[in-house]
Amino acid sequence: MRAIKILERILYAIPIILGVAVVVFVFVRLTPGDPVDIMMGQGGAISSGEIEQLRAEFHLDEPITNQLWYFLRDAARGDLGYSYILKQPVTVIIADRLPATIELAAGALFLALLIAFPIGIISAVRQNSILDRLSMSFAFLGISMPGFWLGIVLILIFAVALRWLPVQGRLDPQITLQQITGFYVVDSIITANGPALWSSIRHLLLPSITLGAAVAAIVARVLRSSMLEVLRSDYVQLARAKGASESLVVVKHALRNALIPTVTVVGLQVGVLLGGNMIIETVFGWPGLGRLVVDAIFNRDFPLIQGAVMVYALTYILANLVVDVLYTYLNPRIAL
Amino acid sequence: MAEPLLELRNLTTVFPMRRGAVNAVSGVNLRVQPGEILGIVGESGCGKSSVLLSILRLIRQPGHIAAGNIFFKGRDLRRLPQKKMRAIRGNEISMIFQDPLSTLNPVFPVGEQIREAMRLHGIANASPLPWPLAGRRSHEKQRVLDVMAEVGIPAPEARYRAYPHEFSGGMQQRALIAIALVCEPTLLLADEPTTALDVTIQAQIMEVMRRVNREHGAGIILVTHNLGLAAEFCDNIAVMYAGRIVERGPAQQVVDNPQHPYTRGLLACLPQISRQRSRIDPIPGEVPDLAGLPPGCAFIPRCSLARDACNSVDLRLRSLQANQYARCILYEDGVRYTVEEFS
Repeated sequence: MRAIKILERILYAIPIILGVAVVVFVFVRLTPGDPVDIMMGQGGAISSGEIEQLRAEFHLDEPITNQLWYFLRDAARGDLGYSYILKQPVTVIIADRLPATIELAAGALFLALLIAFPIGIISAVRQNSILDRLSMSFAFLGISMPGFWLGIVLILIFAVALRWLPVQGRLDPQITLQQITGFYVVDSIITANGPALWSSIRHLLLPSITLGAAVAAIVARVLRSSMLEVLRSDYVQLARAKGASESLVVVKHALRNALIPTVTVVGLQVGVLLGGNMIIETVFGWPGLGRLVVDAIFNRDFPLIQGAVMVYALTYILANLVVDVLYTYLNPRIAL
Repeated sequence: MAEPLLELRNLTTVFPMRRGAVNAVSGVNLRVQPGEILGIVGESGCGKSSVLLSILRLIRQPGHIAAGNIFFKGRDLRRLPQKKMRAIRGNEISMIFQDPLSTLNPVFPVGEQIREAMRLHGIANASPLPWPLAGRRSHEKQRVLDVMAEVGIPAPEARYRAYPHEFSGGMQQRALIAIALVCEPTLLLADEPTTALDVTIQAQIMEVMRRVNREHGAGIILVTHNLGLAAEFCDNIAVMYAGRIVERGPAQQVVDNPQHPYTRGLLACLPQISRQRSRIDPIPGEVPDLAGLPPGCAFIPRCSLARDACNSVDLRLRSLQANQYARCILYEDGVRYTVEEFS
C-alpha cells in the first residue's frame, strides 16, 4: 500500500520536473548575453561564417519553441545536451561533480544533526538554564554568520594557524583513491583504503562545519521549541504518572512527537545544503556542482545551467518525498 | 479504625506567580479508606486537580508542595526518593486524566501504551514457564487484551494496534482507564474522567469505575465539578473552594443537608429533571484569584450570608453532626466541638 503511494508520488513529480524544465529553459534564454559571443571572445578572430556554423550546431539559430522541443525530447531520453564550453555531455559533467556536492551536504547534515539534537533536547529540558541560554546564543550566531566569513575564519584558525586541517580540496594530492561511487568516504571504505579515508574526512570537516552551522542552529531552535511544547502536553504527564523515568519520558514520549515538526525543517534544509553551497565550495576549493553552475552562468552555457538546475529540482523533490514518507512513520495521523 | 489507605495532612501546594504566590491547595486534610470512593467537588481552579497531582508529586515546576504530609499505606510520599516514587506511580496509585485525546500519546498504538504501564513495573511475569519458553511478550499482551476487554473496549485484539485518533472519545477514555488499571492499583485518582464525554458515555465510564472499585477493591478519589455525579457515585464528598476544603462529609448527608453556603449554592445550580421549570440559582460572581487572597473566608464576595466578622476570623472546619464538617462563620459560635481532626 505504502509502496504504491510512494510510486504515485514519484509519478506526480513528473509534471513538476517538466514545469521546471520549461521555466529554466525560457529564463536562461531571456538573460542578456549570447553564448556564442562569449565563446568567441575567448577564441580571438573568427569569421562570421564560423559563428553561424556554431549557432547552427547548437540550434541557436532556430525558433525558441524548436529549441525547447529538442531539449525536452533529448532530456526524456536522459540526454541533457553538450556543454558549450566543456565540450562534454552535461550528464557526464554533472555525474562527475554531483557526488562531491552530495558528500559535502551529507557531511554538513550529519554534523548539524549531531550538534543540534543534544543541544535542542537539553535546552528544552533545562529551559532557562545557563546551558540553554548559552546554546541559544550560539544558535543565534550560527544563523547570523555568513558562510563565506565563517569558512575563512575556520581556515585561518584550523588550517593556517594551527595546521590541524587542510585548506582546500577533497583529498591529499599524494594519496590515490580508486573511484567507484564518487563519494570519497564511501570509496575509501569499500577499497579498505585507510589513509584515503582519514584524508577525505579531514578535508570534509571544515567545509561541513561551515555549511552545517546555520542548519545546526535552525534545527536546534526548532527542536527546542517543539520539545518545550511537547513537554507541557498531557501525554507526557501521563507517561510520568505511569511511572516512567524522566529520561524515558524525554527520549521516548516527548522526542518522538517533537521530531514531527523538526523533520519538516530538516527536509527543507537539505535543499539549502545541496543548492546553497556555491560560495562555500568556492572558499574551500570543493569540486562540486555549485562552482560548476556559477561558471556555467557566467559563460551562458545554456545546457549545463539547465542540467544543473534540473538536478537541483530533482534532489529537492526527492528530499521532500523522503520527508513525506518519513512523516507517515513518525505521525500515524497522516497518510501519504 | 483501620489504617487509612491515604491520608493528607495539612497539604499545601504553592505556585509562585509573577503576581504573587498562589496556594492552589492550602492546608487540606483528607482520608481515604481502602475501597472508599471519595469525591472532591468544586469549580475549575479551586485546586482539586492540584490535590491529585500533589499526591503523585507531579506538580509542574515551579509549583511545589510547600507543606504537609501525604501518607500512603503508612509511608509519607513526600519524603520518598524519586525512584521509589516512580515505582508507586502507575502501579499502586494511578491516575485517569480529564481529556482522553490529549492524554494518549498520538504516535504510539493504544495497546502498546497500556502495555508500557505494565512493563515499567515489571508486572505480568506470572507465566509458569521461564522466559524463553513462555514468551513474556505474548503473556504481557494477553494481560493487556484482558484489561481492554474489562473496561469495555470491544474487539481488543483488533484495536491493540490502533492509534488513539482512531478511537472515539469514549473508547479513548476506556483506554486511559485500562492504562490506569493494568497494574491493579489500590488507589485510583480520577480527574474529571467524564467531563469531555457525552452523557450516555459518561454513565458507561462511571459504571466501569464502579466495577473497578467493587471487584478490585481499589480506593478512588473522583475529582469533579458535578456535585450530582459525586453524590451518586461517592461514599464521601469534600467540597473545595479557593484551595481549601469548605465542607466534608458522607455523600448523602452533604447533599441532603448541606451546611456551607457554597455547597448550598452548588446544589442550587444543579438542574433537575423531575421538577417542572425548577429554577436554577447560579452562584453570583466568579472564582477568586488565588494570588494574594485576603485573610478570612474566600467566599465572602459571593456569599449571601456574609457579614463583617467573616473578614477577620481564621475559620476552621467544624463538626455539626456525625462526620460532617464545614468551614463557615455560621458554625463558629455555639458549636459542639472543633475539628481539624488530624492536626
